[in-house]
Amino acid sequence: MATAPAASSHEPLPGTVQNPYSALPNWFYPANVVFWLGLFVVYAAVVVLVERTGRYGPYLSPFFSPEINLRVGGFLIPPAIWVAWAPLAFRLTCYYYRKAYFRSFLWHPRSCAVNEPKRATYRGETRFWIFNNLHRYAFYAIFIQTLFLWYDVIAGLLQHQQLGAVLGFGNLLMLVNVLALSGYTYGCHAFRHLAGGGVDCFSCSRVRFALWRGVTVLNVRHDRWAWVSMFTVWGTDVYIRLLVHGVIPHAAWN
Amino acid sequence: MTPENTDTDVLVIGAGGAGMRGAIAAAQAGRRVTVVCKSLLGKAHTVMAEGGAAAALANVAGLDSWEAHFADTMKGGKLINNWRMAELHAKESPERILELERWGAVFDRTEDGLIHQRPFGAHTYPRLAHIGDRTGLELIRSLQDALVHTPGVEVHMEVTVVRLLLAAGRVVGALAYARADGRQIVYSARAVLLATGGAGRIYRVTSNSWECTGDGTMLAYEAGARLRDCEMVQFHPTGMVWPPGVRGILVTEGVRGEGGVLRNKDGERFMERYDHERMELSSRDVVARAINSEVAAGRGSPHGGAFLDITHRSPDFIKRKLPSMYEQFLKLAKVDITKEPMEVAPTIHYYMGGVDVEAETGATTVPGLYAAGEVASGLHGANRLGGNSLSDLLVFGKRAGDAAAEFAGRQGKPRRIDKAQVEAATEFLMAPLTRPHGESPYKLQSELQEVCTQHAPIIRDEPSLREGLEKVLALKERAAEMGTGGATTRAFNPGWHSALDLHSMLINAEALFRSAIERKESRGAHARSDFPKLDPKWAQLNLMVQKGKNGEMTVTATENQPIPYELTEVITQSFQKYTPEEHE
Amino acid sequence: MAVSTPSRNVVLMSVFRGDADGGELVNYRVPIREGMVVLDAVLWVQANMAPDLAVRWNCKAAKCGSCSAEINGFPRLMCKSPVAEYGEEFTVRPMRTFPIIRDLVTDVSWNYEVNKKIPPFTPSAEDAADPEPWRMQQEDVDRITEFRKCIECFLCQDVCHVLRNHDRKDAFFGPRFMIRTASLEMHPKDALDRRPLMKGEGGVGMCNITKCCTEVCPEHIHITDNAIIPLKERVADLYFDPLRAIGRRLRGKK
Repeated sequence: MATAPAASSHEPLPGTVQNPYSALPNWFYPANVVFWLGLFVVYAAVVVLVERTGRYGPYLSPFFSPEINLRVGGFLIPPAIWVAWAPLAFRLTCYYYRKAYFRSFLWHPRSCAVNEPKRATYRGETRFWIFNNLHRYAFYAIFIQTLFLWYDVIAGLLQHQQLGAVLGFGNLLMLVNVLALSGYTYGCHAFRHLAGGGVDCFSCSRVRFALWRGVTVLNVRHDRWAWVSMFTVWGTDVYIRLLVHGVIPHAAWN
Repeated sequence: MTPENTDTDVLVIGAGGAGMRGAIAAAQAGRRVTVVCKSLLGKAHTVMAEGGAAAALANVAGLDSWEAHFADTMKGGKLINNWRMAELHAKESPERILELERWGAVFDRTEDGLIHQRPFGAHTYPRLAHIGDRTGLELIRSLQDALVHTPGVEVHMEVTVVRLLLAAGRVVGALAYARADGRQIVYSARAVLLATGGAGRIYRVTSNSWECTGDGTMLAYEAGARLRDCEMVQFHPTGMVWPPGVRGILVTEGVRGEGGVLRNKDGERFMERYDHERMELSSRDVVARAINSEVAAGRGSPHGGAFLDITHRSPDFIKRKLPSMYEQFLKLAKVDITKEPMEVAPTIHYYMGGVDVEAETGATTVPGLYAAGEVASGLHGANRLGGNSLSDLLVFGKRAGDAAAEFAGRQGKPRRIDKAQVEAATEFLMAPLTRPHGESPYKLQSELQEVCTQHAPIIRDEPSLREGLEKVLALKERAAEMGTGGATTRAFNPGWHSALDLHSMLINAEALFRSAIERKESRGAHARSDFPKLDPKWAQLNLMVQKGKNGEMTVTATENQPIPYELTEVITQSFQKYTPEEHE
Repeated sequence: MAVSTPSRNVVLMSVFRGDADGGELVNYRVPIREGMVVLDAVLWVQANMAPDLAVRWNCKAAKCGSCSAEINGFPRLMCKSPVAEYGEEFTVRPMRTFPIIRDLVTDVSWNYEVNKKIPPFTPSAEDAADPEPWRMQQEDVDRITEFRKCIECFLCQDVCHVLRNHDRKDAFFGPRFMIRTASLEMHPKDALDRRPLMKGEGGVGMCNITKCCTEVCPEHIHITDNAIIPLKERVADLYFDPLRAIGRRLRGKK
């Protein structure tokens, strides 16, 4: 029974409604998402398509790990291409980022209880966006990639010692970045399901219950991890890129 | 507008725990069942029950037994209970709780994986199956889902019954109206089950919801059935006090069950003086009177109550075991109960009195009419123990449903509904709409609440009760000319609804005052300053209210059935004390 | 323990008065007292100014979920919304996702129809025949306990843009019935599989995880994270995971 909402037939839905649980105005969230996410996507596209390396001595930018330098007819395929698809797929299908972009870019809805642009019939994630159901495969990929990033951090620390320095600023950045990315990755909703969410009787499988509980701790702040890790990736790459291009000098502690 | 006609086998009035359990039982027996309820399905007052459902499952205290539960119930009810009901209740509650679990209800667990049970006032052993502090919601949702998926059940939401219809001394139907559009509905039925709850709304400070206007008691009374123990109204010791907007909202006994202590403004744990043995977990009448006395002696909290303190428990424990209390105080009173004590005072909570029923079947004194739950009377005697209400709903809801189904099955073709009765009931129903500018029902309701609050408080006395009765009778006269407050629409007109509810409330109030005057002693919830002692002579008597030949209300003291010797033994035997292991 | 005393003593409350044929906001000046909630103000108006003001309420203690309305456009329980939060003026309207009956009362019967479509709790034949009391551990029931806190206020149904803005009651059961289904699916003793229902008529795919339901829930149930997303993942197990499909075929299941 699809009933026309009679109460709304008299006047259109309001353009803005203040959420009483929130102190922030309701344009704040979508505006921020559009600005920061938009800026990051542009930056990332430039890095992936234009830049040729993410390596500076012991440092490796997360955009370029693992390093794959493949030439076709003497032309170096941008190495970040081999890497970037995974975080792109992971974040595009991420349950948190879905909220962020559906609200901010598509205005479905941009905040609660407000008007929405009337476009074609709304079909949610049953047609075009149905690929979001493959989030778990993006997780598998990113899970492996996170291992590379951990390897990079450890290798970077060891290499620094070979160079006689104890710790570089870039090592710290890479460590913070991989911690943030791990917090984001291992708090993934799909992982939570795989870890133990799919089990009905927790007491029957103690290990999966423990795992589920662990993932849940990270999962409740998945949105924060998503943002923090985006900015750490960004910051790490910016730092290494400035070193690569010789804009700033290398900083390290002996 | 001609009334709509609906034919059914068993008409269930009320969709709280007892109504739904009864409806399921009747439908499982193969009858067509129609459930009518005043609110939306699942909103009945049962959702407000917090602490748990008492049943001697013996999951926590292995010593527990039906005998112990029976003895606690009888002693709590000060022996004027219907002993047979108490016996059936104690024996059948465990089965009903386990059955509910098989229908999908979820309870907190013990370490062995069984249903956990919490201690509660005047229960010798931890006995209350619970889920946090919202057991009533769990019960109602489980029953609701079982109900809507039981074949043969129809639910009519937001329909109020105003009169039962009789033929040859037997109930054969009811006249009702739909709240949404005011259309009349004539139900013809082979049996009717009343499960309408209590009448707490006749008081100003109450934990009861809007619906508790005593409709079932009124319907039964008007149909000639006998009411019983109408003087017994329970004050729950702990209702919210401050701010004024929330006064009366229930603070679950679970707080005390989980270790909460009561203190007066001097910080004294005063229950020591009233019931040294059981302290805060004494029976409700004792705790309510204790708080009342402390306030009267000038030792009350700033807003006229006592302090209930659970801060010695860890915040995690409180939030897990008493989540809605935590939320309720934080949101409505801006009090963090993990850090500060709560301010509490007695609030009207439960009607022990109601329609007199047969223990095994819930049959009233009118053929074809059954009653179960708070509207029925007998199980709780002079004072109800916490947790006995939820199990009451299940045990006697099922029994009454079974019996109504059986009775309905024995009837042949439906009796012809008497037109004259329908017309008379219709006139009663429509009367307020014909004089919209008669007195406002809201005003009368407010005055009635004032009268009951003032003249039938925790401690009563004859002059004040008599004055109260006079006032109720005066209100009754004014109510005969009452309007709707101004509007004549039949579409969801709360002024009209309130006017009709007020008739039920007046009958409940009158029965309360008349019975309270008669019981010249103090017993359980009925405390008299002019007769402060328990009188053994009255232990044998129950007060029965019935409509007299000339429409007047009569009260007669009736000797109750003597308790069989074996059961007297059970009551007087002493049960081994249970000492819980302290763990959080 | 002290609650601050408001400086003003009267508020201007505008309440929608009308029915399916139309209506308007009517202003009422309401004297306020300490701790007053919006429902108190509405009932004061009913008792003193507008005796026929239609409103649904029962417990006035946030336990029954009857008094749902939109205060300043945002879906809330009136009994849980202190007047003091709203300053000098505020509006009260009926839920707009459901057809209006009169004033603040809406026809929510659609929700009850939906509930009937969800197969009830069904234990396995083995569990049903077990004469002993069932054993479940606290951790087995804790997860579904959260869903069973639902008081059926239907605020989540009201705010959900799939129902509110797109009127897709034909394609989506709504958040309330996602948690209802989750509470059955995750019950350790339930043996039915409701995933086909969720993929089909239930329409879990219609949700695009924008979380307004979670924002309005007066019981603070994590509707999206703990119920809808896990259901989406369970549906994905069955319908969108090629590896699992192969696995099922190898193991001889359908």
